[in-house]
Amino acid sequence: MAEVNLRKVVKRYDDVEAVRGIDLDIADHEFVVLVGPSGCGKSTTLRMIAGLEDISDGDIMIGGDVVNDVPPKDRDIAMVFQNYALYPHMTVAENMSFGLRLKRYPKAEIKARIDEAARMLDIEELIDRKPKQLSGGQRQRVAMGRAIVRNPKVFLFDEPLSNLDAKLRVQMRIEIKKVHQKVRTTTVYVTHDQVEAMTLADRVVVMNKGRIEQIGTPNELYHKPATRFVAAFIGSPAMNFLPCQLEETAGRLHVRLTEQIAFPLPPARAARYQNAKSDQKLLLGLRPEHITEARAHAEPGVEAFDAMLDVTEPMGMETLIYFTLAGKQVCGRVNPNAGAHDGEALRLAVDLNNMHLLNEATGAVI
Amino acid sequence: MADVVVEQGRVAATPTRRKRASLHNALKRKSTVAFFLTLPLIVLIALLVLYPALYSVHLATLNKSMQRFVGFGNFTFLFKRETFWMVVQQSCIFAITAVIFKALIGFIVAHLVHNTPAKGQRKWRGMLLVPWVIPPAMSTLAWLWLFDPSYSAFNYTLSFFGIGPIPWLGETGWARFSVILVNVWYGAPFFMIMYLASLKSVPDQLYEAAAIDGANWWQRIWYVTLPMMRNIIAITTLFSLIVTFANFDIVRILTSGGPLDTTHLFATWAFQVGIQSSDIPLGASVSLFMVPILAVAAIFILRDVSKRGNEA
Amino acid sequence: MSTLAIDKAGPTRKVKYGSMSRDRAWALRWSYFFLILFAAFSLIPPLYMLITSLKSSAEIGAATNPWWVFHPTLSNYVELLTSDQFLRFFWNSTVVSIVVVIVTMLISVPAAFALARMKFWGSATLATGVFLTYLIPDSLLFIPLFKMLAVFQDLTGITLLNRWYVLIFIYPTLTVPFCTWIMIGYFASIPKELDEAAIIDGASWLQTLTRIFIPVALPGLIAATIFAFTVSWAQFLYPLVLTTSVDQLVLPVGITTTLIKGDVFNWGQIMTGALLGAAPPLIIYAFLMDYYIAGLTAGATKG
Repeated sequence: MAEVNLRKVVKRYDDVEAVRGIDLDIADHEFVVLVGPSGCGKSTTLRMIAGLEDISDGDIMIGGDVVNDVPPKDRDIAMVFQNYALYPHMTVAENMSFGLRLKRYPKAEIKARIDEAARMLDIEELIDRKPKQLSGGQRQRVAMGRAIVRNPKVFLFDEPLSNLDAKLRVQMRIEIKKVHQKVRTTTVYVTHDQVEAMTLADRVVVMNKGRIEQIGTPNELYHKPATRFVAAFIGSPAMNFLPCQLEETAGRLHVRLTEQIAFPLPPARAARYQNAKSDQKLLLGLRPEHITEARAHAEPGVEAFDAMLDVTEPMGMETLIYFTLAGKQVCGRVNPNAGAHDGEALRLAVDLNNMHLLNEATGAVI
Repeated sequence: MADVVVEQGRVAATPTRRKRASLHNALKRKSTVAFFLTLPLIVLIALLVLYPALYSVHLATLNKSMQRFVGFGNFTFLFKRETFWMVVQQSCIFAITAVIFKALIGFIVAHLVHNTPAKGQRKWRGMLLVPWVIPPAMSTLAWLWLFDPSYSAFNYTLSFFGIGPIPWLGETGWARFSVILVNVWYGAPFFMIMYLASLKSVPDQLYEAAAIDGANWWQRIWYVTLPMMRNIIAITTLFSLIVTFANFDIVRILTSGGPLDTTHLFATWAFQVGIQSSDIPLGASVSLFMVPILAVAAIFILRDVSKRGNEA
Repeated sequence: MSTLAIDKAGPTRKVKYGSMSRDRAWALRWSYFFLILFAAFSLIPPLYMLITSLKSSAEIGAATNPWWVFHPTLSNYVELLTSDQFLRFFWNSTVVSIVVVIVTMLISVPAAFALARMKFWGSATLATGVFLTYLIPDSLLFIPLFKMLAVFQDLTGITLLNRWYVLIFIYPTLTVPFCTWIMIGYFASIPKELDEAAIIDGASWLQTLTRIFIPVALPGLIAATIFAFTVSWAQFLYPLVLTTSVDQLVLPVGITTTLIKGDVFNWGQIMTGALLGAAPPLIIYAFLMDYYIAGLTAGATKG
């Protein structure tokens, strides 16, 4: 069994706590992504799982055994580094077989494993080359091959795609997903790119300043963020946040953005926000795809209003529009032929069925 | 009429200007400037290194008073002398043994220093490099005093452990040991510093990858450290072999080649034969014997270095 | 689309559950233990020089504990520092070393600049040639040089042998190749864009050298200077062969030959002389250790 458990794991450097108490349970065969901005502690956490950093407090268990004091070489893990870390003086085959040769696996077995992994990763022709003769993408595949042949309990990936150009990154993402489907090893993957997190993970762990903000499937995080940080981090372009107030008018709950603009809440939402304290500062969270051009027929929960556009970005399949509302810059997505032009007015609609209400002070989503 | 005069004048003026211009241009041209900049270097090396080296070959073919040409006479004379073969053997054993120990100790100490926290490394480096900083003639005098037959501080200390007085310089076996010891003491810091610099250039992630692949500490050294350091090991070994092989100061001061010529190296014996016994051609012949051995070593290691260099 | 059928039938290692940080602490303790041993080994001879230099002849002759000074005295120092002969040695060494440093830098720096920046015909061969020259040892050249100087003296009547200033011509053969090599390394590491910026600003090659390169390569210059000085100061073979009269000797030769009068070794004075002779390089090293080390490593690792 190869589940990974973290219990109240803390990492301290002198007086600074880089990781402040992480609890995480990763099931066998699961692909978990740790995502967050620089300095949030995700790489440190990964390195503690690997044994490359000491654990200041708490426990880490791999396969049910506490591994706090077990050196990396005995943890039965494999790691893919951002800089590939291939041995420059060894060929691809020697790089991949290094771990197995150290454990004195029989030659036939080593060859079988290398062939299988090379075939899976499409690097069969490169077997006898040295790292300096390979491109970045090829090197990354060799690094993955090195991990695969070991057949460890856990794969660890430390921002493996950050050194590749954009197109290659997309390709490699697909490769990694395919490999996971075949090999099914428990994987912990660290990245700062939320797109990678969303596309690769079974579950995503969003980290910020050494703590876990939220754990959930990509869908959960996208549609039901628990905090402002998660709401802003996941999704591109980012969610819009507008200061607002709740008020009761004519028996219905409204959300007021400016003196002129107040939208009635759809019943489902109104029910949830019934008990929201209206004396606290609130934020209205709306994703750009829920701010569109006004449609011909009205739909429940969709409210229309007029806005003066500042800037438009034609992206081909849609146009991103930017305008100012309640003092803040707001981003919306409209059809490319909706008639959006820089500096012109446009009638827009907000889909309040997908709105979020946040407490500005605590950052929590209500 | 006036135009023609002016024309003539102008024609007359340009040639001189062009001549001055061309000298100026010549000086501005890169290769001329470069030539002048490197000229002193070329003259120095040609006059005081290359020429004497060749002159030495000429000298070796003369007789003692340098009047007659004797061809290979000096060399055949040397081949028949037992001392000569002793010197050949001693020089080779001395150089190889000393370099092996210097490299080993330098490698080990470099690792020790590398593993201490970075803040303290400077003071360790400082202390460990001292033998190399002190002029070898001076430090060898200290060793001579430490090895003194009557007053040796080492013998004094050893006597407390019941170990009898050791004839550090008086007996052949011990004399050879002492000479190698002093050379290792003097030269190991050089290796240490070179290896330490090279150790720092091996990326940490390679060690981490090896650790995760299951390598323990000596496997990491064998599979990661040593291959990455192949070049620097080759270069330092080459330098040191040549310098150690040609060593003069230490042997001259400690033993003058004794007892009974058993610690003579090429340099010290050439000095004794050529200068002290005033037989310059014979001394030149002795010195020249270093050349083939040095050249072979240089070729081997340079070839290895350039081959590896193409891999890196 | 078969799933990867690697089974874990290969030999596994028995997992030892030690403590990583405890193992690391022990490794560090052993490291320090051996480092102290090696440091002691390195420092014993100079320390012993110091100890002996503070002893009077009487105490040395009495053969008491050689590691301790019972009646420390500065008489050795006083005697040497007031001896005209010793001061003469020191003076000769100082003058020779300083002049050689200047000569070396005057030859090396322009040559290194030309070899590193100005790609001209033969520059690669010349650079390799410089490297190879460093490999020709002085113990090969001292005999022919001795004879050459004697012949030169006969032909021109200019006395060079047995004069301290002959060393000024000979020492550069030892210092110039390596200093050139160091400076080539430093000059080569200066980005080409600086050249181009200077040319656009209107500088000639000479101005580029003096106003841009030398200031930027200053650490290398300092390292090369230190190297040249130390090598000149420590020279033993050449002065031993080429200078014989007492007033022409430099320090290393002077101490080893004059303080040993017949069979009597005045060890107190010898050690004092040796320590004073070792002092200048040691002092430079103490203050400029980083440049010292940089000079060493720059030359070899760039090779």
